[in-house]
Amino acid sequence: MKMLQLIAGRVSSLVARRATLALTTSSARMASHAPDPEVTEAVDMSRPMYWDRLDTPLPDKLYKDELSAAEKSLKEKEKGPWSQLTNEEKIALYRLSFHQTYAEMNQPKSEWKTVVGGIFFFVGFTALVVWWQRVYVYPPRPRTFDDEWQAKQLQRMLDMRINPIEGFSSKWDYEKGQWK
Amino acid sequence: MRNIAPVYHCGAMFRAVFRLSATGARSLARSRACYTAPLASRCYSHGKVESDEEFDARWVTYFSKPDIDAWELKKGMNTLIGYDLVPEAKILDSALRACRRLNDLASAIRILEAVKDKAGPHKDIYPYLIQELKPTLSELGISTPEELGIDKL
Repeated sequence: MKMLQLIAGRVSSLVARRATLALTTSSARMASHAPDPEVTEAVDMSRPMYWDRLDTPLPDKLYKDELSAAEKSLKEKEKGPWSQLTNEEKIALYRLSFHQTYAEMNQPKSEWKTVVGGIFFFVGFTALVVWWQRVYVYPPRPRTFDDEWQAKQLQRMLDMRINPIEGFSSKWDYEKGQWK
Repeated sequence: MRNIAPVYHCGAMFRAVFRLSATGARSLARSRACYTAPLASRCYSHGKVESDEEFDARWVTYFSKPDIDAWELKKGMNTLIGYDLVPEAKILDSALRACRRLNDLASAIRILEAVKDKAGPHKDIYPYLIQELKPTLSELGISTPEELGIDKL
């Protein structure tokens, strides 16, 4: 049950994210108008974007655009010898330019659980659909499937000597009246 | 575009490492032009095949441009990381010096991280590169990700 709630939560967040993206791309196209009050995050994809990717170490823009006064002074200090920077300052400079470190990017995630769970959920849902079809859509079962009919059919095939050399009837012992 | 062969541009040392892991005939034939290969090897095209030294020299020259700008550094690094190889120490040295000219310490650290990630399962490449780059790193005052502790979570 918790799994279903988890999946439902993730599915709804995925749907919400997709909807937001659809809304934001349209707002990006109308960039000259005032921001739409319904859209919270307008991502302008016509400008250089930042992203963390293992194969793109230096993205198109820095992570933090607006720097506070302290950060600006640190940037000034960066113009001098780097050996004068403390480790904390170096880490701070790194975090200004980048969001995640490579270690953080390489972190194992639990996304696969959502994917597998979603697969099982929808397969299960499909099973319900198939069952409903079986009950409400399929025509009545043909009488040729009844056991009595099948027995008579088998007897008829033996009487006709179907494939008597190597096939069906060759497996039947006609003298003893049983399968060989 | 050299996008076919496995990692071969790291000098003789790495060629030995990868010969162990790569498939036989191809590794023997790779570093020569195809007409001198003893076995039936893949001929890419009729163009001249760039040697490893030429490749390295080209990239060292690229990053050595005195007035290199931030965009060129980014483009160069992203392209270099896109190749199927771990860059030589001299290319990285040139790139780190370009970072110094641009007053960009964060990018210098990022480059070291990227190179470590690029080496993948070959855990001995990154320590070798750091050892080769040690003089440059101390000269420019660049700390490695390990020294800053950002290589862990």
